[in-house]
Order: sequence, then C-alpha cells, then structure tokens
Amino acid sequence: MNLNASLTIALSKGRIFEQTLPLLAHAGVEPLEDPETSRKLILETTNPRVKFVIIRASDVPTYVQYGAADLGVAGKDVLLEHGGEGLYEPLDLEIARCRLMVAGLPDSRPPSSRRLRIATKYVHCAERYFAAKGQQVEIIKLYGSMELAPLVGLADQIVDLVESGNTLKANGLVPLEHIADISSRLVVNKASWKMKHEAVTGLLELLREAVGGE
Amino acid sequence: MNEERWLLPAGIEEVLPPQAQIVETLRRDLLDLYAGWGYELVIPPFIDYLESLLTGTGQDLDLQTFKLTDQLTGRLLGVRADMTPQVARIDAHHLRRDVPTRLCYLGTVLHTMPDGFASTRSPLQIGAEIYGHSGIESDAEILRLVMLTLRTAGIAESYLDLGHVGIYRGLAQQAGLDAAQEHALFDALQRKAIPEIESLIGRFGLSGPIADMLAALAELNGGDALSQADSVLSAAATPVREALDYLQQLAEELHRWLPDVSIHYDLAELRGYRYKTGVVFAAFVPGWGLEIARGGRYDDIGQVFGRARPAVGFSTDLKGLLQHGKGLDRLIRNTEAILAPWSSDPALREAVDRLRASGRTVINALPGFEDDPRQLGCQQVLACQDGRWEPQDIGTIDNQ
Repeated sequence: MNLNASLTIALSKGRIFEQTLPLLAHAGVEPLEDPETSRKLILETTNPRVKFVIIRASDVPTYVQYGAADLGVAGKDVLLEHGGEGLYEPLDLEIARCRLMVAGLPDSRPPSSRRLRIATKYVHCAERYFAAKGQQVEIIKLYGSMELAPLVGLADQIVDLVESGNTLKANGLVPLEHIADISSRLVVNKASWKMKHEAVTGLLELLREAVGGE
Repeated sequence: MNEERWLLPAGIEEVLPPQAQIVETLRRDLLDLYAGWGYELVIPPFIDYLESLLTGTGQDLDLQTFKLTDQLTGRLLGVRADMTPQVARIDAHHLRRDVPTRLCYLGTVLHTMPDGFASTRSPLQIGAEIYGHSGIESDAEILRLVMLTLRTAGIAESYLDLGHVGIYRGLAQQAGLDAAQEHALFDALQRKAIPEIESLIGRFGLSGPIADMLAALAELNGGDALSQADSVLSAAATPVREALDYLQQLAEELHRWLPDVSIHYDLAELRGYRYKTGVVFAAFVPGWGLEIARGGRYDDIGQVFGRARPAVGFSTDLKGLLQHGKGLDRLIRNTEAILAPWSSDPALREAVDRLRASGRTVINALPGFEDDPRQLGCQQVLACQDGRWEPQDIGTIDNQ
C-alpha cells in the first residue's frame, strides 16, 4: 500500500542492540550514531525513511503496541511478561539467547510450614509456571540482583534469566528448573503491518534472510 | 485524601465543553444517518443479568464485565461490557419479526480493564445490526455503514481489513485438531508468532499439505491475499474454499459501492472467533495501533434467547472516533452569544424569544456579572434604541 512509508524501530541498548545491528545492516539500515556514546534517544539511520528509538527493553512492547514505533526487537522474556497482546511477533531473530529458569541454593529444601517464596522480575511468568505445576507460591517482585534474595533469606528460590550461569555460580546458586528458552523477537504494530504492509513485510523478509544466512 | 476528591478512576473520563457538544452533535448525526437507512434505535439497560450478557461472546467478556449482586433476587448482575448480546435479545425475544430487522444502539459500556482507544474503561459504544438475512448483501450494507460512520466523524483515510472465520475453522477441522489444540494455534495466529505456529504444528504431529496450509495462514494478508490463498490453500476442504469464494464475492460487491476504499484481507486475524460465524472485519486509521471499528457475522447469537437468526453488525467508540476525526470543530454550535441585560421590559422579553427561536444563543445577564460580556462568551449585547431591542457588537458600544 505504501512503499515509501517511514518506519520507526524500537530497540534497547546493550546486547539486543549490538546483535540486532548486523541483521539490520543486511536490510540496509545502519545507525548514523552510536547509542552508547550519543545521548540522543532518536537515531537517524543510513536509510532516511528509517529511524531508531532507543528505549528500555521492557518498554519495547508498549511502544510498538500503541504505534509509537512500527517495529521493535524484544526478548521473549519481555513478551511473555507483557502478554504480547495487540502485537505481532513474526520472527525469531535467534539473538540474545538465554533461558528463563528457577534457581536456588543447591541444598535448598522446600519449606514444610509455609508456601515457597519466589523472588523475580518476571511475576506473571513465575505465577503461570508454578500454577501449571499445581504449586501455590508467594511471589516477591524485585527489579534486580535476584541472586541475593535466597542468600539473605528474602526468598527460597528465584526465577530469572540464565545466560552462562556465571552469576549464579559466583553467588553459590544452581539452576533448578527450566521454564523457557528465550531469544529476541521482531515485534510489529498491528496497524503498521496493515497500513505499511510493503515496507514492513519487505523489512521482515530481509531480516528473515539475515537470520537464516548465519 | 480530601485534596484528591476531584480525581477520577483510571480509564474513566468526563467530557468537557466544547468536546461534549461535538460528541452530542456527532451522536445525533450518526443516529440520523442510521435512521435514514431504516435502522431503528433501541436502548438496552445499563445493567442486566450476567448470564444474558455473557451469551454468545462467552468468556470473552467475563473478565471485562463489572459484577454486582441483585439484592432483590440474589442473582448476579453485570454492567454491560458490550451491547451486542442485549440487542440480539431484543431481536430474538421481543421483536420476533419474520422480515430482516435493522437495529442501532448507542450507550456507555464499562470495561474492568482498559483497552482500545486511549485505554478507556468507559467507551461510548455505537453500532448497527441487521438480523434475518444471510449473505453478502447485508455484509456489504454494514460495511458501507462503517465507512459512512467514519466519514461522518471526519475520518477520511481509513483501511478496511476483511477475514472469514470459516477458513481457520475449516482448516482446524481438516487437520483434526481438538478444542485445546485449536485454541493454542489460534492464540499464536492472532500474534502472527510464526516460530510458535511452526512448533505447535510439529507438536500436533501434522505434516503434508494441511501442515503447510496452517503454517502459511499467518502470512496470508494484504491486498492480494485472496489470490495468494487460491494457490496456497488449493488443497483445502470445501468449507475453506467456500469461505474464500464468499470473501471474493463480498469484495466485488463492496467495490461496486465503495470504489475508493482499498480493501485488504487478513485470513488469520479473527476477532471474536468463538462466536463469529462468517466474515469478520476491522477498520484502522493511520498512526493508531488498534482497530477503530470492528464487527462481523454471528448467526447463532440469538439462539440462547429462543431464536437463532442470521446477524451481522459493527460497533465503534464514539469518543474514540473523536480523537481521530478531522474538522469536527464545525459541529460546535455557533457560540456567538448575545448578552441580554436584566430587565422586566416586555419588549426585551419578546426580542430574546425571537432571537432564540431563530437559533441564536441569548444569555441573561445576572446581577454582578454585567461588566465583561466577553468573559461569558458574548460578542453582542442587546441594547435598546428608540424602544426596540437589537443586538449590537460590543465594540460599537464601547466606542459610544
């Protein structure tokens, strides 16, 4: 419908940004500035019709859902927590891979006199996971440094992303149960998919090619 | 606490002047439009027995419905989250006509969770339905009304998206999916989560043409989706082929009536899949990620009220339309008001009545507030000259 449509792509700084860049470069889109050194939140690219907005990873689904960005790159962990409603997630970019896991102290036993306490940033995921296991647990929402919670007795176990397992090991924790494999997905706003169909699906095809070619 | 008594609940909004005037004028214009097409207005109640509200749409609306207990019967009441089931009851149980019935409705609905336009929990739902006719003619009429509704609300540029629940339903049947599998795959299809769709198809043990067709469904969209579907879904069973033919015919019919509207398809997107039976549609506007109007065919909705009749309809949120409409300021009533001094002169009373009857706004001055007519929104003041009261511009009076 609209070949010359302009596209806004929402990205988060760090690992996702670094690993998405080669894929976007294959589609002919490269940022004119480095977000690590620039303070700008909107970055122009080599394609005058494409710009990046640099936001927090957990905000990507919100920006894309409400059309503030046409596309975005979000970890499956963020999408699971967000619910993914009102979004399309057509492509697994196979980057920023890790696992969502239950972890705890190696010799930890479930308490007999009270419910298991779980510290996590992923409240919905943890609730769903333990409910599916038929286990009623108490969830404690934390924003970071989850590994500390079992050490100081705030929680019995944690639900968190595990990449190499080094942070767990350094704190004397071990992975206990595997919840989901995580990687980053391309997410697309519903109306953009429809109203900028050629531009969006064209970019999707190029990214699919880049993912498959690696 | 006391300082925050002005605060409104999340997602609940009040409409202030002049927007309230625009909402009201637009409401009248739209109801007049529908009346001109023969749609009769119905006013269903704001609260209703929960079990009548949750018919058809099933648990789709359960979570969205505010509930309370009826002190008279002990039964659960719900505040309507959608007026469609109530209008279906009016057709099936009260009107019981044998000819096609056209009904329209307008009212506030309440949602427990914000969604849709501007995250409101109290949309002003407006919609129209045709009962008693099954076929592309009534579908096309409703779609023409959708486009006219948008145009009346000042939305010239919109995008129409058509689908048909018979396509996925037929493929799921052909694949022999059970209800849980059908639901899981449906959920992934709504998100076009292609990696998940492929892994589900693998987990269900599907292979061959049916697996390929289900996998391809998520990407059958855009302006040429029907011609793509011809080849991609060539191995599909008869119900799927029939649904595709139906969409094709509907598109041709629409093209005759709406040559300027570009029609697109999404064969995987199925709003209200559980209770829809045929064509589904949504309208989008640029720069807004959510649909602005939606609807479809739900032929079984009247069944629980004693009479299943074919039905097709659409609804939208009047307050949502307002946010995207252009040039709606023209709907503000001419506010060039005239200030009338406080006086018992019968000639003044006559002059005021005459002006009001001719459509002018005349405001009575109240003691203590005569000084600045402009603050009251008045551009003119009634002044007496030679025993006759005539409006005069404020500027000319200042100069005297």
